[in-house]
Amino acid sequence: MSDRIFGGIGLVIAIFFAWQATLIQTSFISDAVGPKTFPILLAVLLGISSVYFLLKPDPEPDWPRAGRFAEIAFAALVLLAYGQLLPEIGFVIATALTAGYLAWRLGSKPLEAVIVGVGTSLGIFVIFKLLLGLSLAEGPLGF
Amino acid sequence: MELLASLGDGFAIAISWQNLLYALLGCLLGTIMGALPGLGPSNGVAILIPLAFTLGLDATGALILLTSVYYGAMYGGRISSILLNIPGDEPAMMTCLDGYPMARKGQAGEALALSGIASFVGAFLSTCGLVLLAPQLVKVALLFGPAEYFALFALAFATLGGISAKNQAKSLFAAALGIMLAMIGVDTQTGVPRFTFGEVHLYDGIDFLVAIVGLFALSEVFIFLEHRGTEKDATTGPRMEIGRITPTWPMIQSCIPTMGRTSILGFISGVLPGAGASLGSFVSYSMEKKLVDRDGTFGTGDPRGVAAPETGNNAAAGGALVPMLALGVPGSGTTAVLLAVLLALNITPGPLLFQQNPDVVWGLIAALFIGNFMLLALNIPMVGLFTRVLMVPPRILMPIVAMISFVGIYGISGSSFDLMVMLIFGVAGWALRKLEVPLVPIILGTLLGNEMEVNFRRAVTIADGDYSVLISSPLTIVLWAIAIIGFIIPIFVSSTLRRKMKKDERDLTD
Repeated sequence: MSDRIFGGIGLVIAIFFAWQATLIQTSFISDAVGPKTFPILLAVLLGISSVYFLLKPDPEPDWPRAGRFAEIAFAALVLLAYGQLLPEIGFVIATALTAGYLAWRLGSKPLEAVIVGVGTSLGIFVIFKLLLGLSLAEGPLGF
Repeated sequence: MELLASLGDGFAIAISWQNLLYALLGCLLGTIMGALPGLGPSNGVAILIPLAFTLGLDATGALILLTSVYYGAMYGGRISSILLNIPGDEPAMMTCLDGYPMARKGQAGEALALSGIASFVGAFLSTCGLVLLAPQLVKVALLFGPAEYFALFALAFATLGGISAKNQAKSLFAAALGIMLAMIGVDTQTGVPRFTFGEVHLYDGIDFLVAIVGLFALSEVFIFLEHRGTEKDATTGPRMEIGRITPTWPMIQSCIPTMGRTSILGFISGVLPGAGASLGSFVSYSMEKKLVDRDGTFGTGDPRGVAAPETGNNAAAGGALVPMLALGVPGSGTTAVLLAVLLALNITPGPLLFQQNPDVVWGLIAALFIGNFMLLALNIPMVGLFTRVLMVPPRILMPIVAMISFVGIYGISGSSFDLMVMLIFGVAGWALRKLEVPLVPIILGTLLGNEMEVNFRRAVTIADGDYSVLISSPLTIVLWAIAIIGFIIPIFVSSTLRRKMKKDERDLTD
C-alpha cells in the first residue's frame, strides 16, 4: 500500500512538473531544443516509474508506530522553529535549546540533555566563531 | 617518466606544513566519523564540505582535508564491524564475518591492526593503479563530444544502483527526481527562470550541498529518533577486550598473497561502472574463500577472512576515483560526494581537468598517498583511542551532528531559507529511505543534471535540431548499449546475488 501511495504522489509530481514545464516562458533567442524539452522528458521518466510502483508495489516497509511518527514530526517542527528563530534570538540560545531537545528525545536524562544542549552550543560557538571565524547568526544580544 | 614528473609536482604541492596539517586533521576526523555508528564516509564528508567551503580554505587545502576524511572514514568503518559486529558502512559488512569472531576469541586488537594493514595495502596499490590508468582513460575521454557525454551521464545513472540494486524502478525514480531538482533555477542557456514560482531564493537553483547534508546527515538523525530504545538501537552491544594490538609476523605473512590478489580484484570492481566497494569486498571474500579456505576456517575468525574484504573494499574505493577524475562521472555514492567537493570548489572533473589544472589532480593524488601513510601510522598505535569513540552514545552524538549540519549550511548563504530546504530534504530523505528509494541517484542528479542537459541541448543544436545525433556515432551506441544492459541485468541477477550475500552472512554468524 505504501508503494501505491508513493507512486500516486510521484505521478502527481510528474504531471505537475510537466505542466509547469509547458508554462516556461521562452525568450526570443533560444537554442534548437529550448528550455522545456529536457524537463518534460524527465517528467515522463518519473511518471513511468511511478506507474510501475502503482502496478507492482514492493512489500510494505517497516513503518514506526504512530507515537514515533509524532516524534519525528515534532522533531522536524522544532528544527523548523530553530531555522526561523535563529536570526531572532541568536545562535547560542537557539542552538542550546534545540540540541537539548534532541538529546532529551534521543534518550538523555533531563540533566544530561541540558548539559549536551549547552555544551554543543558553546562548543560550536567557541570552535567555529571564536577560533575559525565563521559567521553564525547573531541575535539582539550579539551572540 | 612524464607520469613520475607529474606525480613529483603533485607531492611538491601537497607537502607543505599547512597541507600536511590538513591531511592529519582529515585522517583523524575521518577515522572517528567512520567508526561512529551512523556516520559513514558519505555523511562525514557531506557535513564537512560546507564548513571547509565557508572557512575559505584554498582549493588544494580543502581537497586534501576532505579526501583525507574520505579515506579515513573508509578505514574507520571496520572498527565497529570488528568490535560490535555492526558494519560502520555497507562495504564493511563482509569484515564482520571473520572480524567479529576474531574479536570474540580475544584477538580484537590483532584483527584491527591486520585490517588496518590490509586497508593500507588495498588503498596504496589502487592509488598506484589510479596513477597509471586515469591518464589513459583521459585520452579516450578527449574523443568525447556532447552526444557521447550525454550517453555517458545516462550510463552513470543506469548503472549507479549497481548489480545488486533491489528495484530498478526506484533507481530510475530517484535519478529523475534528482535531475528535476537541478532544473530549478535560471536556465543557463536562455536565461529564463524555471520552476521558481517567483521565489527569488530559487533563482540560483537549489544548492546541492543543502540537498546532500539534508538527505544524508539530517535524515540519519530522524532514523535514530525512530529507532531509539528498540532492538535496532545499536548501542547495547557487549564490551570487547582489545588484547594485543600488533599482529604476529606469521599472521601478516599468511595474508600477503590474499592482499595481493584482492587488491587487483577490488580495484577492477571499483573502476567498472555499477560495481563499487560493496561488491569489491564481497567478491574478494568469496574468491579467497574458494581459493585458500581448505580447512573451513573462514567465518570462524580466520585472519585472511579479515584481510580479503578490507583490502578489496579499500582498493575499490581507489578504483572508483578513476572514472570520477578522468570522466567527471562518479560510479558510487561516496565518489558522488567527492564530486560535490570538487564542484563546490569550482573544479569540474573530467579530461580537461588533467590538462588545465594538473596541479589539482596530482596534488590530490599525492594527498591520497600521504593520507594512506598517515592513516597506517595513526591506526596501529592509536586504535585503542578510536575504539573509545564507539562508546559515545547516539543520544549525545546526534544532536551535535544535527547542529553542525545547520551551522555549515547557514554559513554558506546566511539565510534561513536554505535551512528550511535542508529540513525538507531531511524529512523526505527519511521517508525515501523507509521506502527503499536509493538516495545516491538523487544526489548525483542534483550534481550532474545541468551538465547533462547542457550536453543534450548542445549535441542537438550542433546537429540543427536533429535528435538522431544522440545515437549516431559508434561510441554513443556502445555507451547506450552498456547503459541499457547495465540497467536491465540487475533485474534478473540481483535477487540471486542478494540471497547469496545474505546466506553467506547467515551461515557465518549462526
